[in-house]
Amino acid sequence: MPTALMDLPEKEYILPGTRTCAGCGLPIAYRHILKALGPKTIVTLPACCLTILHGMYPKTPVLVNAVNNVFGGTAASASGLAAGLKALGKEDYVVLAMAGDGGTFDMGIQALSGAAERQTNFIYVCYDNEAYMNTGVQRSSATPSGAITTTTPVHPKEQPKKDFIQIMEAHHPAYLATTCSSYPMDLYDKFSKARHIQGTRFIHLAVPCPAGWGFPTRETVKIGRLAVETGVIVLYEVEDGIFRLTGKSLNLAKTRRKRPVEDYVKTQARFRKMTPEQMEAFQKAVDERWEGFLARAGI
Amino acid sequence: MATKILTGNQTAALAAKLCRVQVIAAYPITPQSKIPEELSEYVERGELQAEFVRVESEHSAMGVCISASLVGARAFTATAANGLAYMHEQLHWAAGARVPIVMPVTNRGLGAPWTILNDMQDSIAQRDTGWMQFYCLNNQEILDQVILAYKVAERLLVPVMVCFDGFRLSHTMMPVEVPDQEAVDAFLPPFTPAYHLDPERPVNINPVVLTDPIPGADGRLYPGYMGIRRRLQATLESALPVIAEEGRAFGERFGRSYEDPIFRYRTEDADILFVTMGSLGSEASEACDVLRDQGIKAGVASLRVFRPFPKRAIRDLLATQARLAVVEKAISYGLEGALATEIKAALYGLNGRQPITAGYIVGLGGKDVKPLDLCEIARQTLSFGSHEEVPEHSIWFSNEI
Ligand SMILES: Cc1ncc(C[n+]2csc(CCOP(=O)(O)OP(=O)(O)O)c2C)c(N)n1
Ligand code: SF4
Repeated sequence: MPTALMDLPEKEYILPGTRTCAGCGLPIAYRHILKALGPKTIVTLPACCLTILHGMYPKTPVLVNAVNNVFGGTAASASGLAAGLKALGKEDYVVLAMAGDGGTFDMGIQALSGAAERQTNFIYVCYDNEAYMNTGVQRSSATPSGAITTTTPVHPKEQPKKDFIQIMEAHHPAYLATTCSSYPMDLYDKFSKARHIQGTRFIHLAVPCPAGWGFPTRETVKIGRLAVETGVIVLYEVEDGIFRLTGKSLNLAKTRRKRPVEDYVKTQARFRKMTPEQMEAFQKAVDERWEGFLARAGI
Repeated sequence: MATKILTGNQTAALAAKLCRVQVIAAYPITPQSKIPEELSEYVERGELQAEFVRVESEHSAMGVCISASLVGARAFTATAANGLAYMHEQLHWAAGARVPIVMPVTNRGLGAPWTILNDMQDSIAQRDTGWMQFYCLNNQEILDQVILAYKVAERLLVPVMVCFDGFRLSHTMMPVEVPDQEAVDAFLPPFTPAYHLDPERPVNINPVVLTDPIPGADGRLYPGYMGIRRRLQATLESALPVIAEEGRAFGERFGRSYEDPIFRYRTEDADILFVTMGSLGSEASEACDVLRDQGIKAGVASLRVFRPFPKRAIRDLLATQARLAVVEKAISYGLEGALATEIKAALYGLNGRQPITAGYIVGLGGKDVKPLDLCEIARQTLSFGSHEEVPEHSIWFSNEI
C-alpha cells in the first residue's frame, strides 16, 4: 500500500535554510528520504551539491549524523561506517551513502562496484542532476546527448547517457529502484522499503536542477514530472530479481499516454542547441528503453 | 612473553591482533600481502573479533578505515608503494579528520620502471600528509612500534604509518619477543572515540569550512580552515614528549624502551656518524664495528621517528660530531635525499657547529647495501676537507652505469 500524504511523519530532519540554489530538486528529495529513514541514519557524502546543502562549519541544517568524504570514496566511507557499526554491535543504524552522478557514474564507480559486490549493508542513492553541478555544470557520463554544458559549450554532448542503473543491476543488489524528486511519495515508499532490507540497496534518484538545466525555479516539480511523463525517467524497482513499474510510470504503461520527449526537451535551455537528428535519436532511445520495460513488466 | 621466529609481515599482523583491531581493510600489494592474509586467518578462525573488509582498492581501504574510526572502531590497514600513492588523497583526509588509524607500510620502490623491491620513496613522498611516521630497525621494532603507535595515535588523534623495509624485514625471519595479550591490553585500553555519533545530538563531520573563524549558533567563535590545520601542526609540534613518555612506559612494561626517537650505536666518541632510517640502521651498525676494527671511530644515528621530526634530539646529538654521512633510500628529485635536507636544516643556525655533512642515496629498488659499501661511504665522508668540498647534491652510491 502506498503511503498517503497525510501519513508522512511530521518530524523534519532538514531545517529551513539550506544552501542549495533556489528551486533545487535535491532538498525536496532529501527531506523525504530522511523522513523515511529516521533519526538513526548516518549519511556519508562526497563533494557535490549535497555538501552545499549540508552547509558550512560550524552550522548545518541537517538533523542526522553526517560524514563527509573524498569525491571518489562514498561507498568506501559507507563500507567503513557499516563495518565500524557492526564491530561495535550498533546494529540499528541505517547507513546512507548519497552522491551525485559525477561521484557515482564516474569517479565513484570503483568503490560502489566493490561494495555492491561485497553486498555491503547500506543504502546507496545516486542523485542524478546529469552534470557536475557543484563545479559549474560540466558534462558527466550521466549528461544526456544534446545537452550544452560548460565543457560542451559549442557542440552539445554527443554521447548518450551511461546506463548506470543497468551496471548496478548487474551487481545483483538486494534492492534496486529508480525515483524522482517530483514524486515524493514514490520516493518515500521506496526508501521506507529499502530501509528494512539487508545488503546493498541502490536507488537512482532523478533531480531537476534549475541552475544547470536552465528552467525557472518555480518549475522544478513540473520538469521532473515531464521527465517521467515522456519516459525519459522511468520509475521502477527490482526486488528479488522481480521487476515492477511503479507510480506514474505504471500508470503510463497501463494508459499508454506517454508524451513525446520534445515536451520535456523544449522546457530547458541546456537543450537549446539540440539538432533535429539528436532529438530523433533521443526519442528513439527512450521508446526502445520503454518497450523493454513494458516487456519486462509483462504489460 | 614468548619468543617466536617471525617475518616482518607476520609480526605486523600479530601486533594488530594483540591491539585487538576491530576493522581491517584489506588490499594486497607486494611486499605487504602477507599481513592481510595472516589477519584473515585470525578472523576466520575466530581468534580475532574484527570486521574484515576485502576492499577493491587502497583508496577505498583508507576510506573504510577513516569512517570506521569515526564511528569508534580501532581501524587497521597496511600497504606499500603504488598502493600508498593511490591513497594519497585519503591520507590527507585521515589526518585532517584526526582519526587514529595505524598503518604498516612495507617500504617498496615506486614505478616507473617497476620494482617490487625495497626503498623508501613511497613513505617519504607522503611525509607532508599530516601522518606521524615511525621507522623500524628490525622485526621486534615492528611489533613494538605498532602497539606504541596505537597508544600514541589515540592520545593525539593523529594517524601513524609504521614503516619497515619490504623484503629486508617483511620477508625475513627473526626472533621476536611476543608479549602476552593481557600485558598489551593493560598498556593499550580499548579505543574511546573523541566524537560520539549520537542521534540526539547529530554532528556533521568534516564539513566545508570557511577561511576565517566564524561564530556558531551558540555565539562561540569556531576556527576556519587555517585554524584547524594549525591545530594539527600544534599537536605534531608537541607530540615528541608524548611519544617519549609512551615509549618509556612501553619500556617499563615490556623491557624495550622507545623513549629516544633516535636509535644510537657507539655515538659517544664517534668521528663519523651514519645518519639513517629503517633496517639501514642495523646494517650501518655492522659497518661501524668493521670501521672501528680498522681504527675509524664510527657511530650510527638511525631515526625511529621521522614525523614529528626530532629536531632537538638531532641537534643535541649531531652538532658535536665532526662528520655526518646521511645515508638514505629515497630522494627528493631535483635536490637531494629528504633526510639530508632535514638534517642540515636541523643543524642550521648553530653558529659554526655544523658538522661536514655528505648525503648518500643508496639501495633504490632493492639494490644491496653491503657493510663494505658503508665503510667506503664513511671513508669518503672523512676525506672531505671542508664544507665546500662536499658535492652540492646527494652522492649516488652505486658503481654501475
Ligand atoms: C578528486 C576530486 N576531483 C575533483 C573534485 C572537484 N569536484 C567537487 S564536486 C565535483 C562535481 C560533483 O558533481 P556530481 O557528483 O555530479 O554532484 P553535483 O555537484 O552535480 O551535485 C567535482 C568535480 C573533487 N572534489 N575531488
Ligand atoms: S546546481 Fe542544481 S543541483 Fe546543485 S544546488 Fe543548484 S539547483 Fe541544486
